[in-house]
Amino acid sequence: MNLGVNPMSFTSSSASWKSGDGVSDQFPAGLRVLVVDDDPTCLRILEKMLRSCLYEVTKCSRAEVALKLLRDNKDGFDIVISDVHMPDMDGFKLLEHVGLEMDLPVIMMSADDSKNVVMKGVTHGACDYLIKPVRMEALKNIWQHVVRKKKHEWREKDFEQSGSVEEGERQQKPSEDVDYSSSANEGNWKSSKKRKDEEDEAEERDDSSTLKKPRVVWSVELHQQFVTAVNQLGIDKAVPKKILELMNVPGLTRENVASHLQKYRLYLRRLSGQHQNGLGNSFMGPSDATFGPMTALNGLDLQALASSGQLPPQSLATIQAAALGRATNKSAISVPMVDQRNIFSFESPKIRFVDGQQQHNNSTKQVNLLHGIPTNMDSKQLAALHQSAQPFSNMNRHIHSQSSQSNSLLTQMVQPQSRTQILNEVGGSHVLNLPSSVGQPVLSQAIPGALLGRNGIDNVHGPTYASVSQPSAVVDFSRSQRAELPGNSFSLVGNSGIPTLATKGMLQEDFNSEMKGNRGFMPNYDVFNELNQNRTEDWGLQSVGSNFEAPQHTNLQGRLDVAPSVLVQPGFLSDRHIGIPSVNKTAFSAADGVVNTANLSQALTSSLPDNALRIKAERLPDMGFQNGPFPDQFGQDDLMSALLKQQQEGIVPAETDFGFDGYHLDNLPV
Amino acid sequence: MEVDQLQRSFLEYSRLLFHEGFLDGQFSQLQLLQDESNPDFVLEVVSLFFEDSERLLNDLTIALDQQNVDFKKLDAHVHQFKGSSSSIGAQRVKNVCIAFRNLCDEQNAEGCLRCLQQVKQEYLLVKTKLEALLRLEQQIVAAGGAIPMLNEFC
Repeated sequence: MNLGVNPMSFTSSSASWKSGDGVSDQFPAGLRVLVVDDDPTCLRILEKMLRSCLYEVTKCSRAEVALKLLRDNKDGFDIVISDVHMPDMDGFKLLEHVGLEMDLPVIMMSADDSKNVVMKGVTHGACDYLIKPVRMEALKNIWQHVVRKKKHEWREKDFEQSGSVEEGERQQKPSEDVDYSSSANEGNWKSSKKRKDEEDEAEERDDSSTLKKPRVVWSVELHQQFVTAVNQLGIDKAVPKKILELMNVPGLTRENVASHLQKYRLYLRRLSGQHQNGLGNSFMGPSDATFGPMTALNGLDLQALASSGQLPPQSLATIQAAALGRATNKSAISVPMVDQRNIFSFESPKIRFVDGQQQHNNSTKQVNLLHGIPTNMDSKQLAALHQSAQPFSNMNRHIHSQSSQSNSLLTQMVQPQSRTQILNEVGGSHVLNLPSSVGQPVLSQAIPGALLGRNGIDNVHGPTYASVSQPSAVVDFSRSQRAELPGNSFSLVGNSGIPTLATKGMLQEDFNSEMKGNRGFMPNYDVFNELNQNRTEDWGLQSVGSNFEAPQHTNLQGRLDVAPSVLVQPGFLSDRHIGIPSVNKTAFSAADGVVNTANLSQALTSSLPDNALRIKAERLPDMGFQNGPFPDQFGQDDLMSALLKQQQEGIVPAETDFGFDGYHLDNLPV
Repeated sequence: MEVDQLQRSFLEYSRLLFHEGFLDGQFSQLQLLQDESNPDFVLEVVSLFFEDSERLLNDLTIALDQQNVDFKKLDAHVHQFKGSSSSIGAQRVKNVCIAFRNLCDEQNAEGCLRCLQQVKQEYLLVKTKLEALLRLEQQIVAAGGAIPMLNEFC
């Protein structure tokens, strides 16, 4: 049935309908529903009710199983209905996952009708909330959510098609309005994506469905290509058509790119917004933060910055200001980093590393990557950063390259962790290097958290940065780039100041690797990489996913009690608490905890279950890493065990949300 | 004749249960869902409910038996019981669950114990009545009649 939307796009979106290209005349009959509820009585009743509505029902009593079903049958379901309180996984978590990975409408239900729970549903991106006992009438109309979502997707694509350089802006608006809920999911998506290995699936799908336009899953690599293309074009000039051409991915359509671009921009904007807001966006404001630091790195201005306490107008200031738009915030943030003598000290080491790193750095490319990260406002900033970075000298380049790597990673990672990472990265391109190792998300997160704290924001204390920041950055990178982070060791150094941004998320990961040997992380990277490998895909996916920040976002929203700003702005700030290698734990625990968890989780997910990571992140502060890089500790393994230990010790994480036991389970790779 | 009588008894009994608050409109919904393709739907769901409830009540008893009562966990169980009882239309059980949850919030162990007793009692009552009702239903079906629909919706 044609709802009057563009038949083309709608068709593609309705490809999921069994009826095929055209909407079935019997719609909504045949709607494929997945219902998840641990209560067998309710489950049975729901199943029967849904069947009576002529829907195709699959019931499931465990969230993990449900996720598996969804993952194994991409495009096999149209809508998901889930209970809120489940023993193995929090319904909201499931909601996030689904939103990120599959971008399906999710309806929450519960016997609990208290306002805050319903609100939670809304903020996590549920498209509806039903109060038990559920009546038939309520179920009869759930098809509207499916249609609505598709319509929005279509509309997004449509906007994209209208072209124009302002795409980003324009798309932002409609997409923002339209996809408010999906935006919320984006963050989640990122985090969850990291954890999943959907890359392969996504890519296959991209290639195979030219006609049908099945849901495109943006794998890490794909997203990387996307970001590269965007960077090459310049964020302002990046139009879907050109991006598509640059990417040169068979089977990918302009619409896919357009909607992805929209999300990306939203994501970037969110990053910068968070950064500025500090709080609200806990998301990762880091994007802003990252830029700040990055610029600093670029021109080695860090020193200048450090001395001046404020980013020198030259690179940092301008870059930041321009790029981030919120420069002020950033500066502040970056400054702390810069101030750290460590920055300088790191710088040198960085340079050292840089050389080593150069091998894998595609400086230019990478730098671009950075830009790629923030789309909306950030893009400009990025560009600014980018540019400023370049002039900066080799270091910058290195940094950039590393950063770029990180960036790309960041972008990907950014989403879940990106914020932190970006921050970290900025702080130290070193961090970027780490990203490669990011693969170790698990650790990274923990570490990056620590790093972040250290690096950027809190001025962690120079030295600590080095070690700390890197991991995070690394972590992130590793995700996407894995191989690329040779600079990991590098990151540590560089990270100190800047990296915090990026590193936050990434650093941790990288940090782990780096921690071990700042100087010669490489080995660590490998470890991380391996860890991240699994995750990278997830990340890629996550970040790529249209829901860039949804996961994070939601996480943040949901959980952050700690003012996201902690994450964002300080990007490192959160780290500040930690100040040390303890890797953002502190930071994480608070806002980060929430956010980071998302990010970290994502990053870490590879190694550890997200939940575990998150919790860890939070716990980190307790760990008291505080003293400088714990090279020993940070060895990924060490970190992991440390984290695990913390978890076990039950360090009370800041997260309130995490109080949920099931949460831990979530971390377990699904 | 027999069928008619059975059906009348069935209706009367249903009305009584509704009137006394043992069952509510949700139960009627369940009955509406029963059809030729699922002739035992209500029986199936009610059986599931009984099984689940027994398990939950057991968990509740154990939870309250602890030295240090974990009220959060207790609340989670009660919440679930509330959900399943409301889904089946066991109104009185549900109401006691609501009160039970409040006591959990207050961390009132004694109050909770009392409430647990109460909820067990209500559960047994509704169980007996549902079993009786379903037996009547089966008799009607066995006699070749159709199950009359209750037109009482809460």
